[in-house]
Amino acid sequence: MNILVCIKRVPATAGQITLTPDGQDIDTRYLGFTISPHEECAVEEAVRMIEAHGGITTVLTLGPEAATDQLRDAMALGIERAMLLETDGREWDPVATASAIVQAIEAERAAGRSYDLVLFGNESADSAGYQVGVRVADALDLPCVTGIKAIELADGHATVRRQTESGWETAEVSLPAVLTVKEGLNLPRYPSLPGRLKAKKKEIGRIKPQWQGGGLEKIRLKLPVQAEHTVEILGTNGDAGAQLVEVFQRLRLL
Amino acid sequence: MILAFIEHVAGAPTMLSLEVLTMASRLARKMGTQLEAVAIGPKAVAAAEILSSYGVSTLHVADDQRLDDYAAAAWAHAVADLAARVNPRVIIGTASDRGGEVIAHVATRMTMPMAANCTEIVPGDPFTVTRQRWGGSLLEEAHLKGTIKLLTIAPHALAAEASPSRTQVATDTFSPALEDKDFRVRLKISLAQARVVVGGGRGVGSAEGFAALEELAGLLGGAVGCSRAVTSLGWRPHSDQVGQTGTRIAPDLYIACGISGAIQHMVGCRAAKHILAINTDPGAPIVAQADFAVIGDVQKVLAAVNAEVRRVKAGEPSRSPA
Repeated sequence: MNILVCIKRVPATAGQITLTPDGQDIDTRYLGFTISPHEECAVEEAVRMIEAHGGITTVLTLGPEAATDQLRDAMALGIERAMLLETDGREWDPVATASAIVQAIEAERAAGRSYDLVLFGNESADSAGYQVGVRVADALDLPCVTGIKAIELADGHATVRRQTESGWETAEVSLPAVLTVKEGLNLPRYPSLPGRLKAKKKEIGRIKPQWQGGGLEKIRLKLPVQAEHTVEILGTNGDAGAQLVEVFQRLRLL
Repeated sequence: MILAFIEHVAGAPTMLSLEVLTMASRLARKMGTQLEAVAIGPKAVAAAEILSSYGVSTLHVADDQRLDDYAAAAWAHAVADLAARVNPRVIIGTASDRGGEVIAHVATRMTMPMAANCTEIVPGDPFTVTRQRWGGSLLEEAHLKGTIKLLTIAPHALAAEASPSRTQVATDTFSPALEDKDFRVRLKISLAQARVVVGGGRGVGSAEGFAALEELAGLLGGAVGCSRAVTSLGWRPHSDQVGQTGTRIAPDLYIACGISGAIQHMVGCRAAKHILAINTDPGAPIVAQADFAVIGDVQKVLAAVNAEVRRVKAGEPSRSPA
């Protein structure tokens, strides 16, 4: 079984987002980077599938050289191969991203590696285009299910479940297929030390796709307007009891 | 013309769809163009009443039985087919799980860019949109190009607002040219809603033994369930369990295969209109509570039943009982 997991390097944002002065990006000078959360679960799921069914997993990302950190993070968890679609750091829109990934998958196929399963996050944490997985599936003429929170594989097909307002929806799809997953699919493991050391030494395949516009062009980023807001300090330590009770009563909780 | 993709429950548009209509009708006014809507399934015709308060001039309804269950690719095919016929300048939908998925498929079908989770739209060429990133903690102003602008509207970016004046809504029912490949994702009927449930117990013999139950459920358009014993053995997931600590079912027919009929199981299937028990033991409690029973080994009985059902479904006459 051949599984491809597509991930994205995103800033590990904390309490507040600060923008660069030109408003083009998040100021990441004091931030770390991580794999977008839905995709962390995709990586974990791919590793579990291979543990259960055998095969080879590949992780792919489109991003700058620094995104090799995230590829190595994925390899530290048990992914075997990695591919970087290297950019100059500029943001690629969903159409361009999908088309570069499709080309990479087709090149792999021409070299004799066809994927039974291509996993994506449902949407990236940062740009949240909600479409790259669907676009890749349609371009490769593969069936696609989005927003998945459970996958079972058997005999060339996948049974997947997603959560809807009215409960769980179960669907079945033959492989090869594209599945986009959501956090909650599993609890990703922590990388082991030997896993990290092994990942460090592994080779990363590189492709340099030509930057292209896809029809959605960022003009600038902006922070949502925060309403003016004051906080009422109710007390310190043990002297807050009575005041809290008063708040509960004000909110008619007591 | 602006085409709004509307999600509905039996003809009642969802709240997010009403928000989309509100945004779309404002945009239509700014662009000096008309607003039309498209919805899936014949029941959507009933939505015309509500849409008349949102400035909609025509409601297009995709009518095909195969569209009754959600199938993103097929729904998108229907919308794209319609768009090719009516030439909208904008296609706009909700950013719900389904809305976002359908519009993304429409976008690839029409090879157009798409902007998800928009909160503001300024028409022009290109459009200038404001859209949510980071779940809304950050906003992006972007140019949206393409000869047809595809967008989804972020939930609660604005309040749904019905207009006091009503429009006359024409209804256009159409049959999209769907393909088999639009249905490669097959929705499974949930246990709780299935008209037929084929349940298996220890008597099925093994996890692999459920293949025969799966086949019968597939042939009858039903779902597979199981007893607690089967879940404990790890043969089936807990989500398949019928009973006190599992799912309560109410099908027209419950086919209990190799299930003894412990009281904890029976409370889960008590609401079934009919019970058919297949069991080697004529003295099993389930047999006493069933309307019909076949005494025998589950695999042998199902092999014969499945073959017979397949034959009848293929149009061959049923062999009369010996």
